[in-house]
Order: sequence, then C-alpha cells, then structure tokens
Amino acid sequence: MSGAGGESSRPAAAARSAALAGLATLLYKELLRFWKVAFQTVAAPILTTLLYLLIFGHVLEGNVRVYDRLSYTAFLVPGLVMMSMLQNAFANSSSSLIQSKVTGNIVFVLLPPLSYVEFFAAYVAAAVVRGLAVGAGALAVTLPFAPLGVAHPLWAMLFALVGTATLGAMGVLAGIWAEKFDQLAGFQNFVIVPFTFLAGVFYSIHSLPAFWQQVSRFNPFFYMVDGFRYGFHGVSDVAPLASLGVTGAFLALLSAVTLALLKSGYRLRQ
Amino acid sequence: MTAAIEVRGVAKRYGAVQALAGIDLEVRRGEIFGLLGPNGAGKTTLISILAGLARADAGAVRVLGHDVVADYRAARRLLGVVPQELVFDPFFTVRETLALQSGYYGLRDNRAWIGEVMRNLDLTDKADANMRALSGGMKRRVLVAQALVHRPPVIVLDEPTAGVDVELRQGLWQFVRRLNREGHTIVLTTHYLDEAEQLCDRIAMLKGGRIVALDTTANLVRRHHALYLRVRLDGPLPGELAARALDAEGGMHTFRLEDGAGLEPMLAAFRRAGRRTLEVEVARPDLEEVFVQIMRGER
Repeated sequence: MSGAGGESSRPAAAARSAALAGLATLLYKELLRFWKVAFQTVAAPILTTLLYLLIFGHVLEGNVRVYDRLSYTAFLVPGLVMMSMLQNAFANSSSSLIQSKVTGNIVFVLLPPLSYVEFFAAYVAAAVVRGLAVGAGALAVTLPFAPLGVAHPLWAMLFALVGTATLGAMGVLAGIWAEKFDQLAGFQNFVIVPFTFLAGVFYSIHSLPAFWQQVSRFNPFFYMVDGFRYGFHGVSDVAPLASLGVTGAFLALLSAVTLALLKSGYRLRQ
Repeated sequence: MTAAIEVRGVAKRYGAVQALAGIDLEVRRGEIFGLLGPNGAGKTTLISILAGLARADAGAVRVLGHDVVADYRAARRLLGVVPQELVFDPFFTVRETLALQSGYYGLRDNRAWIGEVMRNLDLTDKADANMRALSGGMKRRVLVAQALVHRPPVIVLDEPTAGVDVELRQGLWQFVRRLNREGHTIVLTTHYLDEAEQLCDRIAMLKGGRIVALDTTANLVRRHHALYLRVRLDGPLPGELAARALDAEGGMHTFRLEDGAGLEPMLAAFRRAGRRTLEVEVARPDLEEVFVQIMRGER
C-alpha cells in the first residue's frame, strides 16, 4: 500500500473539476439519504396530502366556489401540492443537518475541501429534488379526484423550483442553528407549519376580511402558493410576476444570511 | 524542506477557557509525532484547528506549506484525520461510506484504492454491511479507511485506540508504522504512553493549552535521568531508609536515585544497616513517569 502524495500543484481546471465532483457527491449523498427511507420521506407526505384533499374536499366541495368558476377541490389541489413540497424541502435539509450534527458525522463533510457555497448548494439542491418528488407524487394521487389543466406550466415549474429552494435554504439555516432535535421541531411546528397553513392553501385571501388579507401579504409562503396555483388555473390573488419577485427576494435574503453564517463557521466550525 | 505541519502562535479561547495559549511547533515530514497531555490540555483543539473544524483566534497553521484557512482546499486534500469520536452515518454501507468520502475530495472513480484500503484494514468482508451493523472496532477501522481514501501524505489520529481491544490496537499501530514507512507523516494523540514511547519519533506534551515539553522521545526519557532502584532485603528496612522508600510492593522496596552514581552509596547504606541484598533491579523511568513529572511541573 502506498499513498503519500506530496504537495499538490493541480492546475486550476483540475481543481475546479474536483470541487464540482465534491459538490456532486454531497448532493448524491443527500439524495441517497432520503431515497433509502423513501417510504417515510416521500410516500408518507403524499398520503398526508391525499388525506387533506379527501377530507377538506368532501366537507367543502359544493359549498365553496373560488374565483367564481373553480370547484373547491380543483382550487385546493395546487395549494396542497405546494404545501407538501415546501414542508418536505425544509424537512430534507434541516433534518439531515441536525442528525449529522447530533450524531457527529457532520465531520465527514467538514473535513474535505468543500467550500461553504458548495455545502449550501448541495443541501438546497437535494431539498429541491425531494420537494419536487413529493410534489409530483402528490399531484399524481390527487389528480383523479380533481382533473385539472395546467394553464402556465412554466410558471408552475418556476414557483415549484424557487419555493422548494427557499425552504431548502431555510432548512439549512434552521439545521445549522438548531443544536437539539426539539429546537428544530419547534422551528418546524411554530414557523413552517403555521406559515404554510396560512399561505392561502385552503382559501383565497380575497375571502378574508381586509385586515387578514393585509396580514397574509406579509407571509412569503402565500406568494409561493399563489404563484404555483396560477400555473394551474391561470388565476391568482396577486400577479405572478409580483409573487415571483417577492419569493425570489426572500430566497436571496435567506441565502445571503445562511451563506454568511456558513462562511463564519457558525455552530459548525466552532 | 517544508514542514509537514507548521503551527505558529496558535491561540484559541472557548468562553472563559483558554484552550490554546500560543502554540508553536513543527512536525517534520516522515516522522511519527505524538501529542500528549491530560484531558483538556488542548490536543483535540489543536487537531480541530489543523483540520479546519475549529478556527483559531490567533496564529496560523500550515499543512505542507498550505495555510489551513487561506488555502484550505489544498491543505485539506493533504490531510487525513481520524476523529476521536466513534462517528458514522447510519444510512450507508461501508463501501458507500468510503465512496462518498472519496467523492468529497473530488475523486470520481476510486474503487481500486478503496478496495485496497478495505483489504488492508480487514474490512472487505463487511464492505456491503450497513455501518450500524458493525462492532465498535470495525467502525474504528472504517474511520481510519475514511481518512485514507484520498491518499493524504499527512495523517492525524486523535486517540484512535480509545476503547478498542488489545488485538485491534496492536493491528492499528502496525498499520500506522507501515503507513509511516511508506512515507506518510503521522500525528497521533493517545493516552497509552507506552505506545507513544514505542511509536513516536518526537513528542510534544501539552498542559493548559501550552507546550511544556517538545523533544525526541529518547531525549525526553533521557532528560529525566533519575533511576529507580528496587531491592529485596533479608529483613525490614531501618527507619531512615524506610523514610526514603517510595513504596514496598511484594517485598520489594523502591527508591528514586538522581543518577547511576547514587547506586553504590545506597547499597552501602543497606550493608551498614546490617541488611543483605537478595535481589536488585535498576530501571530507567519510562515515558509515563516523565509525563507525570512534567505534568507536576518537575524537571
């Protein structure tokens, strides 16, 4: 066995290629991690989404019409799909990081020559993939109950990507901040769940009193759900471009804060 | 020639605790270097700074000339670290764990080397076993394998034998010697001082975040030139000699002599007291005694 390599003097291109391979490996590891327990990480949230649709659809279908022309179930499906995507994107990056921190195996990704940007990009990309996988599954199982067209597929895709990336970034932020599982559970139960539930998934904000309409506009998740729904039905509470602007700005802000913390080594590199 | 590891003025504080208080040392290429010290001396903090797991408040650390902060990519590629804690990722098999670790270092197809590392650490039979299913000793071997997947010229082992059985400990040290013969620089911390004495070319002893001794292992032991005289006499020790005895175990009395010149006067004192010497042993202090003396602040 021999292996002492001596000092490295790789050309810049080779170093870039190695860095990309490092990022790709961390992304692959994160995908493999959730895929190995797909029953829990993909199938379970799809079932939850289906249950929401069956229960709320059954109770409210025929009693509520939205935007004058949509059945309640048809209105509900995109919102439920987006909610499941957002919650699972957050769960992916945050739970991976907290588990690695608590068990100590985070050291395996801190020792290699990965930059903080590569670290962030890999966790967020994996969160996007899990969010989209859950979203695709949720859409597939709910479609038989409410056949719907896709008025603007690119808008739907764009909001799905930006929304899951935003929650993936928020998951990284929560994952590096939390030092115990219950801190993360607190973040999930008191921030993510209320904000996604109150994001207009189950109602149009136009059905709310004026005050609560204004309050809803301070919830960034509302714009993600509203924009995603526009992609399916071609109608929304807010113009899709404005929603994309708010969502994009929120993603940029979260990314900047998270990257700054990662660069400083906050709670990762002592 | 560039040092394998160069530490200059490194300080680190955790709240009220000064973990490192200005450390300077150089680890030469090709040597086995021991970092010894009691718990809380700063060994793991120093290794964490070297590995990029912690940031120094002051000072600089270089691995083969590459600063661990400014040029962290090169520094980390040249360094393999076996952490002290028995950590593992329960989602993966041994083979997956090693392939992922290779990938983090930018190595796309490293199967041949991974196979060789697994063979050398007797992990081949467990290659497709989940990490959760391995014994503590096997998990420790995987940690060593993970540190070697990118063929680092400098390897740091932070108490690799803590809590492992004698057989694995010996096997691990044989492996470390072999890596060293093949050109790897080795830095290790251990609580087994007899092992450090046998393995290390040079040793730094840390106490309270400072280096209190740094020399070749032989010099450290030689510097503390006191001898230990153990004798069995044909009767009890007279009062004035009994006061000088360090202990009496199994009928053998132990005395500390400043050097070899103290031997004959001691034997003469036994004769004067009318005692015949039945058995004599003279021993040099081992590293453990040197360690205890240094930690007590003695020379």
